[in-house]
Amino acid sequence: MSRSGYVAMLDLGAGVVLVCAVVTLWRRSLAAIIRVLALQGVALGGVALVLGLRQHDGALVVVSFVVVAEKGAAIPAVLMRVVPRGPTSRELSPLVNVPASLVAAGALTLLAFAVSGPVVALVPTATGRLVPLGLATVLIGVLAMAIRKKAVSQIVGLLLVDNGIALVAFLATGGFPLVVELGASLDVLLVVVVLRVLGSEIRSRYGVLDLDELQELHD
Amino acid sequence: MLVLAVLAAPLAVSFFSGLVPWRRSVGWLGCWAMVVVSACGAALATRVLHGSSVTTVDGALRVDALSAVMVVVVGLVGTLACWQSVRYLDAEIEAGRCSRRHASLYGVLVQAFLAAMLLAVLAANLALTWVAIEATTIATTFLVGHRGTRRALEASWKYIAICSVGIATAFLGTVLVYLAALHAGSHVHAPASLDWTSLVAESHHLDHGVMRLATALLVLGYGTKVGLAPMHSWLPDAHSQAPAPVSALMSGVLLTVAFYALLRFKAVADGALGPGFPRLLLVIVGLLSLVVAASLLIAQHDYKRMLAYSSIEHMGLIALGAAAGTPLAIAAVLLHVLGHGLTKAVLFLSSGEILSTEGTSEIGEVRALLARRPALGAVFGLALVALLGLPPFSLFVSELGMIRAEVEVGLGWAAGVALACMVVVFAAMTSHGRHLLLGPVGPGEHASRTPGIVVVPLVAALVACALFGMLAWPLAPLLRAAAKTVAL
Repeated sequence: MSRSGYVAMLDLGAGVVLVCAVVTLWRRSLAAIIRVLALQGVALGGVALVLGLRQHDGALVVVSFVVVAEKGAAIPAVLMRVVPRGPTSRELSPLVNVPASLVAAGALTLLAFAVSGPVVALVPTATGRLVPLGLATVLIGVLAMAIRKKAVSQIVGLLLVDNGIALVAFLATGGFPLVVELGASLDVLLVVVVLRVLGSEIRSRYGVLDLDELQELHD
Repeated sequence: MLVLAVLAAPLAVSFFSGLVPWRRSVGWLGCWAMVVVSACGAALATRVLHGSSVTTVDGALRVDALSAVMVVVVGLVGTLACWQSVRYLDAEIEAGRCSRRHASLYGVLVQAFLAAMLLAVLAANLALTWVAIEATTIATTFLVGHRGTRRALEASWKYIAICSVGIATAFLGTVLVYLAALHAGSHVHAPASLDWTSLVAESHHLDHGVMRLATALLVLGYGTKVGLAPMHSWLPDAHSQAPAPVSALMSGVLLTVAFYALLRFKAVADGALGPGFPRLLLVIVGLLSLVVAASLLIAQHDYKRMLAYSSIEHMGLIALGAAAGTPLAIAAVLLHVLGHGLTKAVLFLSSGEILSTEGTSEIGEVRALLARRPALGAVFGLALVALLGLPPFSLFVSELGMIRAEVEVGLGWAAGVALACMVVVFAAMTSHGRHLLLGPVGPGEHASRTPGIVVVPLVAALVACALFGMLAWPLAPLLRAAAKTVAL
């Protein structure tokens, strides 16, 4: 792989991760959002694979396959099974409308560039320059969790946060120690499974799908 | 050996609970596992008293005085909670709210939760601690929703959603610390170590800008699990909806286990950035938590939520204590962790007993407990006195120690604000407590006994808390040694 080809592929992968995050804010069909999330998982795995091959790091190559299997296939499959057919599978009334949330995503991306200055300065290579894209994905995920009401959309928001952090980890440190990376992936998978079980329990017992119908606890 | 026993005891019981259907003996086995943990913790404490440490499993686990203190706290509060769990499950099964299989699940998850907390404080490495704390969230989610009511399920959803974001933030902070460690000094050396001791030793080589970002993320992220404002909103819901023994564990130890991670990390940040920046962040979140807790306690109408807000208040206090960061301050923080763990466990466990006999958690609907249920009312009242920081209980000593340390490092103004909040909390909680405990006995009501098996361990915990407040032995040398590991 030539150097320019390597840089171009990293740029592409990291760019796709961020674009997917923005697209989840734009689309309202839950099925479409989950497909975008799967694409993001594949792009993330691609970044890890390119880095692993470039640095001759076998562990990172293994991690890249785990990422694709987990975030590109397993988690979207788990989520897809809870999305019902019909009109309830759309995010109809988010707290903030779509144009406003896209503007907010733009602002968050600028914020990400502003705060990740020290990291970019410390890693002055092709990879370090892309770290703000990962941070922007994290911030957009937090935004999605705050403004979306469907249970599945909130899980998607959490996964955006997680994918963003994984992107930062790959780009800035060339991958965490393998054990930690696998432990973290397992944790995320478990969280998704727990959330899914909890969500279907709430729905089957109380017939509630929107979280704003769950508002009995407050002060 | 001892270190492994601490982890093996709860794990073995967790595994065993999954194999057999629920029966009382399994519950008592869980209680014994926690007694073993407390004993091993005490034995480890005597070995690390002089600043040494014990490592096992290729250096993945390390016990120094600070870890030993936390193991003892988890063991003691765990013993209380497991003891009361037997009664809780008995009552639930009898009332037909819970099947035997569901009860086994409870046994599996409580012990797994305890094992995860113990791993978090035994781990020698920043990343392993993170994995363990994340595991506590996963284990406790179903425990929070164990009663299966709509409110309990809502609380567990909120709990895992907010805490997962928090813990993800802490992971990002951990990644940045790793990045800083990779680039420590003039050359890049991979794989860098995330071992606490080597991070502290190398801390002055870590990049400033990255460490500032990491410190902010870690305070915010672990702060979520500690229940510090502004990320506290899950806490009153989860702690009030969970079964009483689980609330006791979550309030009594889980919050402070997450705080333990912050304390360890603070030593790294202090070395890299100087004490100013970490102190500023801790003072902000500490004071914010105190103000939030004080203002929401005034008009509180649910006694379990009242206890939950009081936990936010106490976490704010120890955040301020850690902000001061001197050896005196850290020793006082650790004594407070122990005292708060015991008294808050007693309060949650007795409030569970009140809830199951009175059938309501509204403060306005429970009256004259002292007259109607003398033993239970007295335990609740005494624990409230202890929690409010009155002598002879240890919280009085630890609060005094923290305030003195804060004044010594020039945080007198913050201590002043904290004292004002504490006065408000004191007034609010004594007024709520008076409603619950005092008042005339209604016609046709008469005093009923509370079984000794409920009262005895709670009284023992309160006596221990009072003794820790009055006697320097055996804790003082251990706390001093523990403070030395992370103090400025």
